[in-house]
Amino acid sequence: MKYAITVNGATRSVEASEDTPLLWALREQLGLQGTKFGCGVGQCGACTLHLGEEAVRSCVTPISAVGDMAVRTIEGVDQDALGKRVQQAWLDLAVVQCGYCQPAQIMSAIAMLRRIPDPTDEQIDSEMTVLCRCGTYPRIRAAIHRAARGGTVR
Amino acid sequence: MSEEHLTETGRRTLLKAAAWGAVGLLVPVRIAAAPPKGLAVGSSTPTSFEPSAWIRITQDGRITLTMAQIEMGQGAQTGLAAIIADELEVPFDSVRIEQAPADKERFGVQATGGSTSIREGWKPMREAGATARQMLIQAAAQQWKVEVGSLTARDGDVVHAASGRRAAYGSLVEAASRLPHPDKVFLKDATKFRLVGQSLPRIEGSAKVRGTAVFGIDAAIPARKIATLAQSPEFGGRLQSVKESTALAVPGVIRIVRLPDAVAVIADSMPQAQKGLEALEIGWSSGPLAQLNTAEIYADLAEATTRPGAVARSVGEPGKADGRRIEAVYQQPLLAHAPMEPMNCTVHVTADGCDVWTGTQVATDAQQAVAKLLGLPIGKVRIHVYLMGGGFGRRLETDGIIRAVEIGRVVKEPLQVIWTRAEDMQHDLYRPAYCDRIWATVDAAGKPTTWNHRIAGSSIMARLYPEAFKGVDSDAVECAAQPVYALSDLRVEFARVECGLPTSWWRGVGPTRSLFVIESFVDELATAARQDPVAYRLSILTDPRAREVLSLAAEKSGWGAKLPAGWGRGIALANAFGGYIALVAEVSIEPKEEVRVRRVVAVIDCGRAVNPDMVRAQIEGGVIFGAGAALMSEITVANGRVEQASYSDYPILTMVNAPNVDVHIVEGAEDPGGVGEIGTAAIAPAITNAIFAATRNRIRTLPVSRSQPVWMG
Repeated sequence: MKYAITVNGATRSVEASEDTPLLWALREQLGLQGTKFGCGVGQCGACTLHLGEEAVRSCVTPISAVGDMAVRTIEGVDQDALGKRVQQAWLDLAVVQCGYCQPAQIMSAIAMLRRIPDPTDEQIDSEMTVLCRCGTYPRIRAAIHRAARGGTVR
Repeated sequence: MSEEHLTETGRRTLLKAAAWGAVGLLVPVRIAAAPPKGLAVGSSTPTSFEPSAWIRITQDGRITLTMAQIEMGQGAQTGLAAIIADELEVPFDSVRIEQAPADKERFGVQATGGSTSIREGWKPMREAGATARQMLIQAAAQQWKVEVGSLTARDGDVVHAASGRRAAYGSLVEAASRLPHPDKVFLKDATKFRLVGQSLPRIEGSAKVRGTAVFGIDAAIPARKIATLAQSPEFGGRLQSVKESTALAVPGVIRIVRLPDAVAVIADSMPQAQKGLEALEIGWSSGPLAQLNTAEIYADLAEATTRPGAVARSVGEPGKADGRRIEAVYQQPLLAHAPMEPMNCTVHVTADGCDVWTGTQVATDAQQAVAKLLGLPIGKVRIHVYLMGGGFGRRLETDGIIRAVEIGRVVKEPLQVIWTRAEDMQHDLYRPAYCDRIWATVDAAGKPTTWNHRIAGSSIMARLYPEAFKGVDSDAVECAAQPVYALSDLRVEFARVECGLPTSWWRGVGPTRSLFVIESFVDELATAARQDPVAYRLSILTDPRAREVLSLAAEKSGWGAKLPAGWGRGIALANAFGGYIALVAEVSIEPKEEVRVRRVVAVIDCGRAVNPDMVRAQIEGGVIFGAGAALMSEITVANGRVEQASYSDYPILTMVNAPNVDVHIVEGAEDPGGVGEIGTAAIAPAITNAIFAATRNRIRTLPVSRSQPVWMG
């Protein structure tokens, strides 16, 4: 099947069977490799991106489910002010270690901050479910607070 | 620094290289004075100055530092680059980092592990930077006909203060590259460090935040095909039969590859390969481990601790009957690495050799293994090394690379082999399971008069270096054979017990095991002596650095201050990987008896902290990695098969239950110690000691979840 999907503001064409996970369509056909394969079963969240306003696990999102919803990946995050602010907070607090899960952490954080502009620790706990094997969670939490408050709070 | 010193350095490097061959983790580094082979030194028209394997300065002023060490999140490349750039007197943002391919001639054995990059690289990298700086100054001195002593190097320029003349390094490249290496290398005085000691940002940090960092899995070699595989679910089992037709009917599936103990499906894309694999009907035959299960593994280990093992260290009279005897037995599980980036490797086998694109901690071992497999000369195997989505010791093994070559050699295109998460978890080389029996006699004051420690477990060293193995696994007994405490009559033994599952390095390996046992047992001795755990430790501790981190951790954590009901504090101390750490864990027991780690206070003395914020990050992450394992990670075996297949049955900490880790660095002037593993190695006993303080329940078997539920938010 041929699918026309909107990725980071541009219309892109993908040729795939309907059950092809969005993750692999992006990685293999569109060369957008910032979105990572971690578990393939929607658990670890390394493949998290935005479908419309929602953060979703793209490894269990079939291409046929995308429809006309906008796909945003880490590569398109700096297209808006919030995305830039989150990335900057990540840099300011030196969050990343191996970095493999961090695009997904950032996507997850942005989606949350759109809905909850200044989240509490408890809200961060329940919204931020992407796994990080390096244990950067405390810095992710601090970076979210920093981004939420305009980049001033450590 | 004298010439004798350099010569001595060179000799020690060789000796170390020999020892490292046995250890397999540490990395021999070439001394800076030796120019690499095949470079432009002394040639007629040098356009770049390459005074060592790591530094290249071109006429346009570009400075490239080639890293033999790999980056898997530990920050080694940023630290090593800062060390070189500091001595070289160049701004940090002017250097570019290049990952070295496998090249043993040039870099020696390339292995990144054992928390060695900074502590082993410290001196050679300083010497490399200083050597280059001196040669550039020498070149300017000759051009300007002035004394070397009248010149200084600053911000990538050589400066003659008296005349105000200034020359950029790039302009001195040609002259410098014709010079012999200096007889004496002058290292900077520590008070003059500009970069060392600064919390410089991670070099590849911006790329990682933008999603442009390229990991092994992102090595999208043009025209590549994709394969995924199934290895015999039972360790030691063999592939018996494969019905290919259903898999070959899946669109995009190209070919099925049979190996003695595995089968792979090659396709145009990963989802097609996965679908093909699911469609395969595979028959496996059973092997010698068909009856193996977890209970038997632990029983064999426990049994081995009832008999004397090979003596790792014996001092004084550990067997004397001297006071009240206290004994305890501890058990620790098999552990998986479970890095976020599953095992993957891209290969291209051609008539001309083999290219490998992957994240590996052991590039030169990989090169050798592939050359052997394909019967190629070493130079025909090119290992292109990528960033790693976590290593933790998993990528110190070459099995994933070998698998990829075994599969990839049958197709003419490049082939990327990607493991599923289940395959990654069920075909790991596991951190061994261990059983430790430890007994001591104590005097009237409760202090140990004798100390006996028997360790039973798999020997990673015996597998890797069978000729060198003499009964004691030097890694397994690390920290146990040389406990940080003042113990005069001590014996430590090791009994090798192999259950049949492959075992390997893990974050902290031996120290992680040893410290859980020692720091739990010392806590038990304190309890028996009715003493406070901190005061008791201090009473048997003479090492000043250990005393300092312990005392400071007590102070920073508010040790002794009242906690809410159902809470407890536990402490653990370690001297490992060239540094000292004391950790205080605070746990609470939640309404349903769940253990919740509330906070960890860490005091680290790693000597000179090359990059303090990176040190903090490694301790934070290391503690969380180790805490998750101690609380709830365990690989179990039924009928020779690993039962865990995902993060749901091999849980790790998440945002909700990862504790905050307050890290305090003791500023030291000693040469840097390693920080990648020490936090992981020391956290388990801090937690179980805290659980004891809260509940009076002494946990001697890990993970904690075997005896008590763990709070999941």
